[in-house]
Amino acid sequence: MSRENSLVSTQWVEDNLDTDKVVIIEVDEDTTAYDKGHIKGAIKLDWTTDLQDQVRRDFVNKEQFEALLSSRGVANDDTVVLYGGNNNWFAAYAYWYFKLYGHQDVKLMDGGRKKWELDSRELTDELPQRAATSYTAQEQDRSIRAFRDDVVAAIGTQNLVDVRSPDEYAGRLLAPAHLPQEQSQRAGHIPTSVNVPWSKNANDDGTFKSDEDLQALYNEVGFDEDKDTIALCRIGERSSLTWFVLQELLGKKNVKNYDGSWTEYGSLVGVPIALGDEPGDA
Amino acid sequence: MCGAKVGGLSLDGVNVAKEAVIQGQVVRGTGDDATPVASAYVRLLDQSGEFTAEVPTSATGHFRFFAGDGQWTLRTLAPKADPVDRLVQAQTGSVAEVLITL
Repeated sequence: MSRENSLVSTQWVEDNLDTDKVVIIEVDEDTTAYDKGHIKGAIKLDWTTDLQDQVRRDFVNKEQFEALLSSRGVANDDTVVLYGGNNNWFAAYAYWYFKLYGHQDVKLMDGGRKKWELDSRELTDELPQRAATSYTAQEQDRSIRAFRDDVVAAIGTQNLVDVRSPDEYAGRLLAPAHLPQEQSQRAGHIPTSVNVPWSKNANDDGTFKSDEDLQALYNEVGFDEDKDTIALCRIGERSSLTWFVLQELLGKKNVKNYDGSWTEYGSLVGVPIALGDEPGDA
Repeated sequence: MCGAKVGGLSLDGVNVAKEAVIQGQVVRGTGDDATPVASAYVRLLDQSGEFTAEVPTSATGHFRFFAGDGQWTLRTLAPKADPVDRLVQAQTGSVAEVLITL
């Protein structure tokens, strides 16, 4: 993958609002953001109800994902362009999710909703009508999804990239600071994981830094090109953005996103936890 | 909405005793001419300048963070305005109110 294949600019989106076979999809942490105004023609996916199983902690299964995209009018050969608030955290999560289920042509809008708004580009409250399709998903591509046992086995042996803010990594905060801090899990980080906050990948306006700057960022923390990599955060959405940078922009091999992330790891009985700003020992 | 007051954000449901709340409002203009800015983004930066969180302002220009004890920087981005940085001190059990004028 490369920047050309996986990223489009806000200008490209504005130029392609009416292009056939381009489907623009908004995915936000604040699931009401779309309802207040969205890019013309964009449809909405709600990460809490559309993409999550409503009983177990897991994703919707292949059949549910097929039914979802079919009902929203997304076809297998459509170019899916994702954007969202919070610097594309949940749009990147959806991007990874589309890849997990094998959608071929999916792209992120660089900078997301924030860049679109800071550009003073138009938003609308008109709801688009799309004819239903018959979408076929692939089996989940487990080569890009890590589970807790993969993560425990990776301690001291793989690149573990914790993308939360420094205060969450060190154990001084338990959640991003726009959320209340009372949580049930323990604070801290996985021993030997390095802290590269997702925000270091992005400029203030939410666009990604250059490939050169991104490569330098990971070189700086001793990223080992010969090892497999797992990215994690609190619930797996910010780490989707880092997964996107590592695998899709920089072309690293064997990068997995751990969607269980700290809310799972920090609740496990008996696993090692490191506190403070240093990675700690295996 | 002209001249809307700082601190208009309800704290219902927030356990203030356990949180170090930073909240406030983004406006253009001053005094009676102050107009809330609904399309701004407020970023919370830690003492090293590292990003910690970001929120879009509400329809009334309000924002809120649940920080930790210590000094933080609020960086505000808005269309057609230069970024504005403001230092703020947060403490568990208290609410730091900040009015940000673009």
